[in-house]
Amino acid sequence: MTNQPQTSKYHPPRLAPAQIRLLERLCNACAISGDEGEVRKIVLEQVRGYLKTSGRPGDVKTDALGNVLVTLPGKSSGSVPRLRVMLDAHMDEVGFMITKDDGKGIFRFEIVGGIDLRQLPGKPVWIGEKHTPGAIGVKPIHLTRREETKKLIELDTLRIDAGPGSNSVKVGDRATFASTFIRLGPSLRGKALDNRLGVTTLIELIKTAPDNIDLLAAFTVQEEIGGRGARVAAYAFNPDLAIVIDSTPAYDLPTWDGSENAVYNCRLGAGPAIYLADSATLADPRLVRHLVDTAETLGIPYQIRQPGSGGTDAGAIHRQRAGIPSISVSVPGRYHHSFASISRLSDWKNTLGLLQATLVRLPGDLLSRDREQ
Amino acid sequence: MIDILPFLKKLVTAPGLSGHEAPVRKIIEEAWLPLTDELSVSRLGSLHGLRRGTASEPRQSVLLAAHMDAIGLMVAGTSDGFLRVTQVGGVDPRILPGQPVIVHGREDLPGLVVQPSPRLLPSKYQEDPVPTEYLLVDTGLLPSRVRRLVRLGDLVSFAQLPFETGSETLTGHTLDNRVSVAALTCCLQELQNRPHSWDVWAVATVQEEVTLGGAFTSAFQLKPTLAIAVDVTFASGPGSPEHQTYPLGEGPTLGWGPNIHPALSKAFQELAKRLEIPHVVEAIPEHSGTDVIALQVTTEGIPSMVIGIPLRYMHTPVEMVSMKDITRAGRLLAEFITSLDADFIKKLSWEEQPG
Repeated sequence: MTNQPQTSKYHPPRLAPAQIRLLERLCNACAISGDEGEVRKIVLEQVRGYLKTSGRPGDVKTDALGNVLVTLPGKSSGSVPRLRVMLDAHMDEVGFMITKDDGKGIFRFEIVGGIDLRQLPGKPVWIGEKHTPGAIGVKPIHLTRREETKKLIELDTLRIDAGPGSNSVKVGDRATFASTFIRLGPSLRGKALDNRLGVTTLIELIKTAPDNIDLLAAFTVQEEIGGRGARVAAYAFNPDLAIVIDSTPAYDLPTWDGSENAVYNCRLGAGPAIYLADSATLADPRLVRHLVDTAETLGIPYQIRQPGSGGTDAGAIHRQRAGIPSISVSVPGRYHHSFASISRLSDWKNTLGLLQATLVRLPGDLLSRDREQ
Repeated sequence: MIDILPFLKKLVTAPGLSGHEAPVRKIIEEAWLPLTDELSVSRLGSLHGLRRGTASEPRQSVLLAAHMDAIGLMVAGTSDGFLRVTQVGGVDPRILPGQPVIVHGREDLPGLVVQPSPRLLPSKYQEDPVPTEYLLVDTGLLPSRVRRLVRLGDLVSFAQLPFETGSETLTGHTLDNRVSVAALTCCLQELQNRPHSWDVWAVATVQEEVTLGGAFTSAFQLKPTLAIAVDVTFASGPGSPEHQTYPLGEGPTLGWGPNIHPALSKAFQELAKRLEIPHVVEAIPEHSGTDVIALQVTTEGIPSMVIGIPLRYMHTPVEMVSMKDITRAGRLLAEFITSLDADFIKKLSWEEQPG
């Protein structure tokens, strides 16, 4: 379901080269769930830098789990209390952990988060803080029987090979695909676009935060292994409502037999994907209506993500405390949790545009309206 | 003096799929120009470099063959802006999902081999490896632009840049067989300061991965007295059977078996031992998977030899080689060449030797 712009009021926000470079830096950084330091450092640098140069009052802290929590109070306008709006983007990515040293630069590893085993063979990896290069090799095709090529290569037969004489890798190190960000015409390709697109968007939303709300930004940890960061961030913020910014899979590829693809989830180029329902959350209908109304009134392209499986930090947030009305919005991305994802620059711009407009237009009494209409 | 590591990286980064070796040949030509007396290109595209010997004519000659072609993919169809591909050379389809590639269309386009979501595949591929025919290449471009830039038959190369690992290994695609081109280059460099009486034909052959077409035709055209194929061999490493592999970084392998003239192999083994160049004898019971298959049976037959450089994860984009093994192979070749004299060929007699 795609919406054509109805008016010409909306112009997508401009993303300067500096912002694309920031996305590139964030994508090339490694932040496997539980080890988000490299991304956290960039987030802190960006947010603190902004607060310092803008002189805007705000608070930045890193909590017990490693979440970065940013509070930007709005300005009072009369008697209506400002809504406390939590914006969430997870910093972590799927990857690997080194679990055993087999000697001579060869290591066993386990997967952190959900990665299809079929994505592993024959890939270069970066290991540890220094991004030490290594490789996940396989037996040569010449020594492999034809029947064998039809069988899955199990994880326990794979190793990360850092090369003989390597001495900088140790058990417990995290690793990820050695995959470098690149622009491809209208598209962006990089590892961890899920969810560095969300992180970059949230940094941008902080820099353009409107006065009508208290903005509570959470850059969270450990989303890929169960929304642990979001759970405690939502508790700490105790917000009125939450909007989660993530990247949802686009399965907009041809089907194997040429039949209509009715299970695309969302499509590249069709704008931000607004969630109604996934396995973890039913989006708050008032927030759905507000986002859709904002997009349609201003003519911002958007799409409804096909309801179905999957989950975001909203799964943890909406059940926190006495309940927090929540919704997720995603920049569509193909091939998440693999060597590289592909997203569209225009979708990123329109996601940022939709969220900026959503916050500015957020009615102070939204939550006192009927949940269902 | 060519520094071998950066040269090898440059070789690996240049495209040159079987039958389309021109880009890599150009780089080899540049390197070999100052190291040879004559350079020419064969009808099929193999590069022939001649270093003349010091003996009077007619001189005997030794041909060194290292294939320069690479495995890869070819565009077999398009579908809504995505490409379908087929293989050029032997690739395990299980290494393809998620590989960065370059599509050599009307311009070079970065692409990614992708495995569509299980929901878009036949039900038997929910968890099993997906055959190449169901994989796609995504260039990130809009369908209209893909239609304009990409045609059926366009070549697709692996795009991962080579990278150094451990203390002295290089990892990347197409090290099979650019490492042997590097070894030949090492050999030619050594020969710069060493007189040799025989002519030396350094040949970068084409199409080894598909038909051995380069080795057959260059051996025919150059009619060498002896022929030596230099290629990669299986290095021991994770996933590979120990009994079919050779240690990485412990020297080149010296072939032994029916593709190889036994006296030639023995001459190499004795030389390596005398010079204390680390090496391993590689028993090849029936069939060497290298250019030597063609060299041996060209014209009335050529006494042939194969030297192997151990390589991990062959035919994947993360092949791993020890730089030491390359320079050792190059040095051994140079030492062998300088040891050749007018009488060497007599040693290759099949007659029973007295005593």
